[in-house]
Amino acid sequence: MSAPLDPSTPSAPVTPPAPLVSIRHLAKSYQRGAQIVPVLSDISLDIAAGDFIALMGPSGSGKSTLLNLIAGIDRPDSGELLVGGVDISELPEASLADWRAAHVGFIFQFYNLMPVLTAYENVELPLMLTRLSRAERRERVEMVLGMVGLADRMDHYPTELSGGQQQRVAIARALITDPTLIVADEPTGDLDRNSATDILAMLQRLNTDLGKTIIMVTHDAHAAEAAKSLVHLEKGELLQGEQRGREA
Amino acid sequence: MFLPKLIARNAMRHKLRTALTVLGLVIAVLAYGLLQTVVDAWYAGASAASNARLVTRNAISLTFALPLNYEYRIKGVDGVTQVARSNWFGGVYRDPKNFFAQFAVSDNYLDLYPEFIVPPEQRADYQRDRRGALVGRQLADLYGFKIGDVIPIKGTIYAGTWDFVVRGIMDGRDESTITRQMVFHWDYLNETVRKKNPRQADQVGVFILGVDNPDNAAAISRAVDNVFKNSLAETLTETEQAFQLGFVAMSNQIIAAIRVVSYVVIVIVMAVMANAMAMSARERITEYATLKALGFGPGFLSLLVFGESMIISAFGGALGMLLTPPAARFFKQAVGGVFPVFTVSHETMAMQAGCALVVGVAAAIVPAVQAARVRIVEGLRAIG
Repeated sequence: MSAPLDPSTPSAPVTPPAPLVSIRHLAKSYQRGAQIVPVLSDISLDIAAGDFIALMGPSGSGKSTLLNLIAGIDRPDSGELLVGGVDISELPEASLADWRAAHVGFIFQFYNLMPVLTAYENVELPLMLTRLSRAERRERVEMVLGMVGLADRMDHYPTELSGGQQQRVAIARALITDPTLIVADEPTGDLDRNSATDILAMLQRLNTDLGKTIIMVTHDAHAAEAAKSLVHLEKGELLQGEQRGREA
Repeated sequence: MFLPKLIARNAMRHKLRTALTVLGLVIAVLAYGLLQTVVDAWYAGASAASNARLVTRNAISLTFALPLNYEYRIKGVDGVTQVARSNWFGGVYRDPKNFFAQFAVSDNYLDLYPEFIVPPEQRADYQRDRRGALVGRQLADLYGFKIGDVIPIKGTIYAGTWDFVVRGIMDGRDESTITRQMVFHWDYLNETVRKKNPRQADQVGVFILGVDNPDNAAAISRAVDNVFKNSLAETLTETEQAFQLGFVAMSNQIIAAIRVVSYVVIVIVMAVMANAMAMSARERITEYATLKALGFGPGFLSLLVFGESMIISAFGGALGMLLTPPAARFFKQAVGGVFPVFTVSHETMAMQAGCALVVGVAAAIVPAVQAARVRIVEGLRAIG
């Protein structure tokens, strides 16, 4: 379950299980020329392990920035950001890279596959940072590509795959290290309706069948319906949280 | 194996761009090699010259001769073992463009030049024939001279047409020996001149001195020049190498220009390649950001860029180096024997390899730093 938090709310008598993502008073701004543009201000939010949340909001609302901060690819100006109990905002760059490799799976709007690598090699890519043997890597890659229904497309290059197939390769790449958290930035933004539906169904299965915690940025209401809960952002502020009826 | 595979595939991603970059590098490395070989060829005479031989000439200028009687006084200087005479003949064989050196030399000349190998019977034939001449192998090959041929040469310094009979072919001791000259009897020249123009007789262009110990060359040179101090024809004695370098020095500015051009070519291709690498890096910023997001470090990204640059430069450099020797042979033939020795040296090849390496590294520095420093969020253009 995810909800915006009021840090001033008194603690409940019974301590609930620690959330996977715990955000307190998070703020982020960007410098554009001489101007400082606040993007997020005073965000506090908990995301439970196994949740599937959709971050929604208009363009410039800060939803992708929030996702980037949670994924450890950007750093907040202030506030606390714990993921799995680790304050990732305090980690040095090299440790943060290691942390991302081990704990976060990325799904991007435009897939961001390496065009010179085959589907197999793209999925294998994150495993190159592990100590797994070639045989172990092969076993995993084949299994994950099978899960996303691309066992017969392993040797195809991204340009030889449709958009939906490329996104499935990206999902396989996100899954390959068995990460704690999967972050998806507009995963259906570049897909036709049918492919988008397939991808959303796949994300739901990852959430329900494998228990993966998924945070998805979208401004597509149809895509957001796939999530268990919604978080709305506007002008860098959290508006409301909404628990949806879908059961895990 | 993953990194080399990724590097190789990236290098082949834009085949046309890579091919053109490699082509540019091949041409640059080839041009560099040829230009350096031209410079080497310029110095070849001086390089082949001996430090164990001294050359005594008129101190005013090489165009002024020395009296013949100096020979006996030079022989009297301590450390001088032999003295040979040599006069620049400067004649024209059929056409002025058929330039080659002709020297009138004393009979002991070859004793001072062991690098010229003449079979004993040919040398004996030469000694017997007053009009006899010895031609170098390179010269003989160039004009097809054979033993017994008569070479008519029109004198420019010494008037008239002179007929010389080829009595022997001088081979070089090794590849660096220049054998693109002709020598004939100094006595023949002197006797003929005495009849036609007595004022030109008994004049020697330069004396070539053999010394007992090359380490004493400087002292012997001073001693020789001291003998003729305050005379009507003071002398300047120096090692043969210094003497040859004096000729080369006359072309110093041309050589400097050639050297500069050879380096400019390399700098130009470096700029071209740096531009190609920068374009590649710019196009791949999103990929670098993705790799960084997945956990790959800045070092890995730098290696990707450096590796690609090095592959292209290594390929272009190797191809350029491979093509240099055949191109040098073609060049040597095309210029019609202007450069008797035109061999691509190991040093030049090493410099070509060094240039390719420097181009590869230098071209990659800025793109590699950019790749390593790419901010993931900016690279992904994901500010929401």
